[in-house]
Amino acid sequence: MTHHDADDLTRLHRRLVDAADHEGILDLTYRSVDSPVGELLLVASPDGLVRVAFEREGHDAVLARLAAEVSPRILRSGRRTDEAARQLEQYFEGRRRDFQVPVDLRLVHGFRRKVVEHLQEIPYGRTESYAAVARAAGNPNAVRAVGSACSHNPVPVVVPCHRVVRSDGSIGQYLGGTDAKAALLALESA
Amino acid sequence: MSATRLRPGSQGPEPFEAVVARHGADVLRLCRALLGPADADDAWSETFLSALRAYPRLHPGSDVRAWLLTIAHRRSIDQLRRRARSATPVPDLPDLPAAEDATTQMSGRIDGELLAALDRLAPKQRAAVVHHHVGGLPYAQVAELIGSSEAAARRSAADGIARLRELRELRAGTAGDRDDRDDGDDRSDR
Repeated sequence: MTHHDADDLTRLHRRLVDAADHEGILDLTYRSVDSPVGELLLVASPDGLVRVAFEREGHDAVLARLAAEVSPRILRSGRRTDEAARQLEQYFEGRRRDFQVPVDLRLVHGFRRKVVEHLQEIPYGRTESYAAVARAAGNPNAVRAVGSACSHNPVPVVVPCHRVVRSDGSIGQYLGGTDAKAALLALESA
Repeated sequence: MSATRLRPGSQGPEPFEAVVARHGADVLRLCRALLGPADADDAWSETFLSALRAYPRLHPGSDVRAWLLTIAHRRSIDQLRRRARSATPVPDLPDLPAAEDATTQMSGRIDGELLAALDRLAPKQRAAVVHHHVGGLPYAQVAELIGSSEAAARRSAADGIARLRELRELRAGTAGDRDDRDDGDDRSDR
């Protein structure tokens, strides 16, 4: 492979993304974005952001799972994901308090869906307890299920599950690691 | 969220991006060998677009490379037919590397000079040579691809190689005429 060939393949890849999108067979696109909590993977369907994944989840493993659960028609492209990446950069620079990108919650069902939908209403810089979220989602006894729903939130950071903490004030578990959760809460309280 | 359970390829097809990354260069090489650089881009694009279309239905355990090369061959043949209809003039004398054996040369990277020489072969010879010596397919599969018997495919490949040697010798004998040849613009892939 010469540099020339690599350029040709890059150009052809872009052309493939265009044609696939035009034909309606570009089911998922993805790109990554650097952040203070490590590289984030962003995956989007035509309807919106489907998945945000932390480095520790293994981006290849996440994509393989999406291929099995959603569609294997997955191509790397900034199409659909560039805007989310831009807003995430602003967020981490402290210049943005909420995200204005469409989110596709097709990976979440049932009670977890209710929880994740409620999470979107917790404002920047505020926290709620797992018990409060359980009440808001319509099942006050399902505190443990709320914890599980948060830890399976497919679009962390953008859907702010990091704003849910334990009643005793300790921060609780997080898919991106407790350090990442602490960093996000610190950013928002600054 | 166990990553080990979800190794790429272990369950259903892997993300299509991985297929493009792994086989994109080989498909381009094949298309260029069959068509020359000008039409190869279109054949590459059509190959991956139709592969993406069918990808979710691809039988698990399929030989993805052979599948892609088969599609690339068909798309290239389509291009050749279109080209025949529009009666593109036959290119000028090929520029062949003088020192190396044609077969050895082809098992590695294909360069512009060899592409030009391949362009001089009859379509069946070219297809047989490329599929066997570049694509690495056995003659039985080559035969299927070009629509002839295995013996005929073997003969086409042998005739093609003989013709390449002949062209090379011709080229070696007329090395001084190089400046008169116009193998520039229409071979450029930019």
